[in-house]
Amino acid sequence: MREFFVFVRKECYHIFRDKRTLLILFGMPVVLIVLFGFAITNEIRNVKIAVLDGARDVHSRQLVNRITASGYFTVSSYLHADKDIEPVFRQGEVKMVVVIPAGFSHDFYHARKAPLQLLTDASDPNTGTTLINYANAIILQYQQELTGEVKLPLTIHPEARMIYNPSLKSVFLFVPGVMTLILMLVSAMMTSITITREKELGTMEILLVSPLKPVTIIAGKVIPYIALSFITALTILAMGFWIFGMPVKGSMLLLLLECLLFCLAALSLGILISSLTNSQQTAMMISMMGLLLPTILLSGFVFPLESMPRPLQVLANIVPAKWFIIILKDVMLKGAGLRQVWQPTAVLGGMTIFFLLLSVRKFKTRLS
Amino acid sequence: MRTIFFILQKEFLQVFRNRSMLPIIFVVPVVQLLVLAFAANYEIKNLSVDVVDYDGTPWSRQLRDKLLSSGYFSLHRQVHNPKEAFEDLEANRADLILTIPRHFERNLVRENEVKVQLLVNAINGSKAGLAYGYAAGIIGQFNRQLRLEWLALDEDDGPQHINVSYRYWYNPHLNYKFFMVPGILVVLVTLIGAFLSGMNIVKEKEMGTIEQLNVTPIRKHHFIIGKLLPFWIIALFELAFGLAVGKLVFGLPFEGNIAWVFLFAAVYLLVMLGLGLLISTFTETQQQSMFITWFFLIIFILMSGLFTPIESMPAWAQQLTLANPVAYFVKVIRMVMQKGSGWEDIKHYFGIMLMLAAVVNSVAVWNYRKTV
Repeated sequence: MREFFVFVRKECYHIFRDKRTLLILFGMPVVLIVLFGFAITNEIRNVKIAVLDGARDVHSRQLVNRITASGYFTVSSYLHADKDIEPVFRQGEVKMVVVIPAGFSHDFYHARKAPLQLLTDASDPNTGTTLINYANAIILQYQQELTGEVKLPLTIHPEARMIYNPSLKSVFLFVPGVMTLILMLVSAMMTSITITREKELGTMEILLVSPLKPVTIIAGKVIPYIALSFITALTILAMGFWIFGMPVKGSMLLLLLECLLFCLAALSLGILISSLTNSQQTAMMISMMGLLLPTILLSGFVFPLESMPRPLQVLANIVPAKWFIIILKDVMLKGAGLRQVWQPTAVLGGMTIFFLLLSVRKFKTRLS
Repeated sequence: MRTIFFILQKEFLQVFRNRSMLPIIFVVPVVQLLVLAFAANYEIKNLSVDVVDYDGTPWSRQLRDKLLSSGYFSLHRQVHNPKEAFEDLEANRADLILTIPRHFERNLVRENEVKVQLLVNAINGSKAGLAYGYAAGIIGQFNRQLRLEWLALDEDDGPQHINVSYRYWYNPHLNYKFFMVPGILVVLVTLIGAFLSGMNIVKEKEMGTIEQLNVTPIRKHHFIIGKLLPFWIIALFELAFGLAVGKLVFGLPFEGNIAWVFLFAAVYLLVMLGLGLLISTFTETQQQSMFITWFFLIIFILMSGLFTPIESMPAWAQQLTLANPVAYFVKVIRMVMQKGSGWEDIKHYFGIMLMLAAVVNSVAVWNYRKTV
């Protein structure tokens, strides 16, 4: 047992000696959380629009005022002819052009129908659609102001309730995502690199002929990284809680146990990778392409799984991160207990055992 | 000149000899392009709905069918007990529950208004917002249709209104891939430029062969040009290859002159290669170099407007993107390919890119002299 602790201490020295990597390890979650929390949003705010006002009457001016007063849009230029539209779009700053034809007020009051055209730069389709939806709502409101509210017969009111996240915050999505990503990075990538480094430098041989058992060596290598993962996981949870108000409705103990389970799964993957290769560079590339990319892409963290083609959805089932994110969301936001999350937990546990067995087997064969 | 040529020859030999490098340069990007283009998709489709229909009249059924035939929603199941539906929502089997109250049809006719309830699983906020938007839109459509049929009203007969029509320019079918694929190409080119160049130089350091190179008559600028030029060529080749794949597989539009894209890429790569060189000057091992590059790239890419528009960022973040080379290239490649922007539109960005290239490379070269 004493030897084991000495070995763990040696690992810790290795980790703490490489200041740059350590800095990035702890800096990464903070930077990612801040970026996702503040910078990465799809919200519409101060989008630059251009106005081609052919009417120049009271109502057209009022309408433009309403549109800018909403805070969603700012008018960056007034155009004078149809042919000006194309160049402003091509310059790339203006995302929408409001075209008000001549005689806007007149048409509204006398023809009872005033045409208005919204042109959006749909090279980004989602922004294009959202802009039109927002502008439409403002125009509709203005129209109601002018006419007074008209009660239409036979009206169905859809009444919405947003469950679990009434204010539609995106933090509920990215905190679990960033946590998964960092745990994967620390547990799998760092482990695979640290073990292959011993191999690359030839020190693995020395360790293997020492009285330490292979299992002890691996456990000793892995335990400091579990500790590191835990510290980062707690940092992320704390930041989520205090900065963004992300609740932990379920049991904290269960949450930490699940984190441990995921760490184990990631570690076993890391050990598996290190048993496949002898070079750090290859280990890094495999963890990058084989673990980190799927964790980002196929876990439902950045892109919704539902809108992917079927083969990718099926493929996503073998990505441990997908199951971990489900567990995290259920425990943190829905307050689910083990009874509700036993299924993803079982899948994750099964994966862990499978990878552990596989990596132990692989590792043993390398010894002989 | 001859010296550079020989170093180039050596570098190319080394790149093509490394068995694990070749797939990284040629196979992985194509796979990434294909997978990313399908995975990086913010289109919301196939939302699963549970319907609780207490009414069971023709109108309530029509409303349900209208919702399901829109293409955005698919029925998970129709239940009678709201509890079961809520369990589905809790277990993520349903994204949305539509509850149609008892006497929906009767009350609609008698009282002229009626409420239907939509419960949305809002953990993914933006998805929930879109889901509600779609559902509300479809219900509104159904409502208008019903009004026309039941009251035999004419649209033009209604009260005064502003008749809004819209057009989606440059991408009328709202094809998300036309938007994403050029952006993904930027990421691929960036990875080659920044990662491989930096690691390549650090490798010489780690193995100690850089000392040997230093005592040869090779001049510093020979060495740097010889080290970076291969990746410049490979990355440009990669861009051409990716564009071809994009054209063949996704039918990517080429509205503008593609030469502008390549010209811009050529300068952009100078920035990225310079960054790789800079990182290689203050790292000792490949592991460090890789980590630091990864750190910077993930920030650059997240802040580039690739996935979320730059305009949505807060002011401080927008200021930061002014120094982000990835953001400029993403913007320019989209402008040229989708909108057909020309020299007049991109020359401003081109100038900034040239300046960035000059700054990054001079810092890198200056730092390089000092360390060796």
